[in-house]
Amino acid sequence: MAVKLQIDHLTKRYSLQREAKQVLALNDITLGVNDGEFMAVVGPSGCGKTSLMNIVAGLLPYDEGTVSIDGKKVHGPGTDRAVVFQHASLLPWRSILGNVRYGMEMQKRFDEATMQERAEHFIKLVGLSGFEKHYPGELSGGMQQRVNLARALAADPVVLLMDEPFAALDAQTREFMQSELLKIWTKAKKTVVFITHQINEAVYLADRVAVLSSRPGRLKKIFDVPFDRPRTLQLKRDPRFLALEDEIWKLIEEESDRMGMVVEDAI
Amino acid sequence: MSDEAPRQQSFYEKYEAAIWGFGSIGLILGIWEAAWDAKMISPLFFSGPSAIAKQAIYAWTQGNLKGDLVYSGTNFTLGFLAAAIAGVVVGILVGWYKKVRMLADPILNALYATPRVAMIPLILMWFGIGMWSKVFIVFISAFFPVLVNTVGGMRAIDRDLLRAARAFCASDWQIFKTVAIPGAVPFILTGIRQGVALGLIGVVVGEMFGGSQGVGFMVAYGGQTFATDTLFVGVFIIALAGIVLTWLAERLERRFSQWRPER
Repeated sequence: MAVKLQIDHLTKRYSLQREAKQVLALNDITLGVNDGEFMAVVGPSGCGKTSLMNIVAGLLPYDEGTVSIDGKKVHGPGTDRAVVFQHASLLPWRSILGNVRYGMEMQKRFDEATMQERAEHFIKLVGLSGFEKHYPGELSGGMQQRVNLARALAADPVVLLMDEPFAALDAQTREFMQSELLKIWTKAKKTVVFITHQINEAVYLADRVAVLSSRPGRLKKIFDVPFDRPRTLQLKRDPRFLALEDEIWKLIEEESDRMGMVVEDAI
Repeated sequence: MSDEAPRQQSFYEKYEAAIWGFGSIGLILGIWEAAWDAKMISPLFFSGPSAIAKQAIYAWTQGNLKGDLVYSGTNFTLGFLAAAIAGVVVGILVGWYKKVRMLADPILNALYATPRVAMIPLILMWFGIGMWSKVFIVFISAFFPVLVNTVGGMRAIDRDLLRAARAFCASDWQIFKTVAIPGAVPFILTGIRQGVALGLIGVVVGEMFGGSQGVGFMVAYGGQTFATDTLFVGVFIIALAGIVLTWLAERLERRFSQWRPER
């Protein structure tokens, strides 16, 4: 399988002005995501998941290493990537149609007729037909995230980046959105990098789950998720699912404990 | 969306606030008129509703009330429009370009902190006692609220929206058009509403200071000659203008923020 997104020896440091020193946020991360693959990235809070996402999206500079898509190095944002943000980040003064068109309008890759057609197509795909003329303020959190997803898909990226898109939703809506996302992903056939802190969510959605260690973020292990697709929510109660979830959970817990020790030592 | 079926509201339910509001005004006017009628109020220091109404009709038919209204209205309109345009344009420039902001901030802050009334004698020296001094006083009164709110709106740009725009490769100009300006509109309209109120004060104060025309002059003249009924006609016109203009500005504000959830 062809590698779509390749992250090579990526290192990111933040400088703390107050203490005049640098903190290592991401340390030597190497990760390849294959064409059409759903890759989830999990890790304890503060492991640099969001930094990683922002770097791949081209929104954050990095210190060492490379990020490339289809073998081309990435500098800044590009039309080959689109982001589904944790907060829907919709323009409140634009209708749903206007918001789904927004990414395409900024990127100027499609003509007017194509933009309109694509916008309508992806609004339908995320199940929001009939809401084209509504404003984001009139929609529930779950529906807003569908718009967020449609906007990213409509821009036709090579790699779709999702930054904890369901974290702000209530538990029920989140589960529903997860199974919806799988259906949409099956139809849209995109390469996905999905950042989350929920192991359960990662295992349910992904083909592989990359686990990051905390401070500095380092790639700890990549798990293969062997379950057949299409997956249903029933899978979450399967003993093999629970065993895998548990295995990843233990790895992350070790990490948290290790961090806990360090913090105590420091005090 | 409410699941309740729409129900016919009674006249009282529909206009409850208005009925009580007008009721209270009517009550006060009634008591006032009764006291005036019983000669409990000296016409030297106060006036009564019927005397004020009589004077208003007299001034409209025989006097120069129409001319005063046109004069004050023209002064206000010219000064306010200039202030709104200049305030929005300068506000956008100051809010968007960091260099312009650094350049303009000290001057604007100093001017903003100076009470505009203190500058009126100077303005009279510059523009004379004719209408242009009034127009300019309205202008500097209304300019600052529009400016300050516009700058605030440009600077209150939503970080999440900015990030989303950048991720979709938006240029600075695209961000300006699609994120900064629409986001600033509610702020600009708040500035317009405040500018209306302050501009109105400006036109009245300006006409009080010099000249021989306008509603402000009418109030000052009425005071100097103990013509309390004339004075009150002026006061009521100003109050009414304030209510109507503020109401219009609020409607404009609402019209342009329909996308806001739940108001």
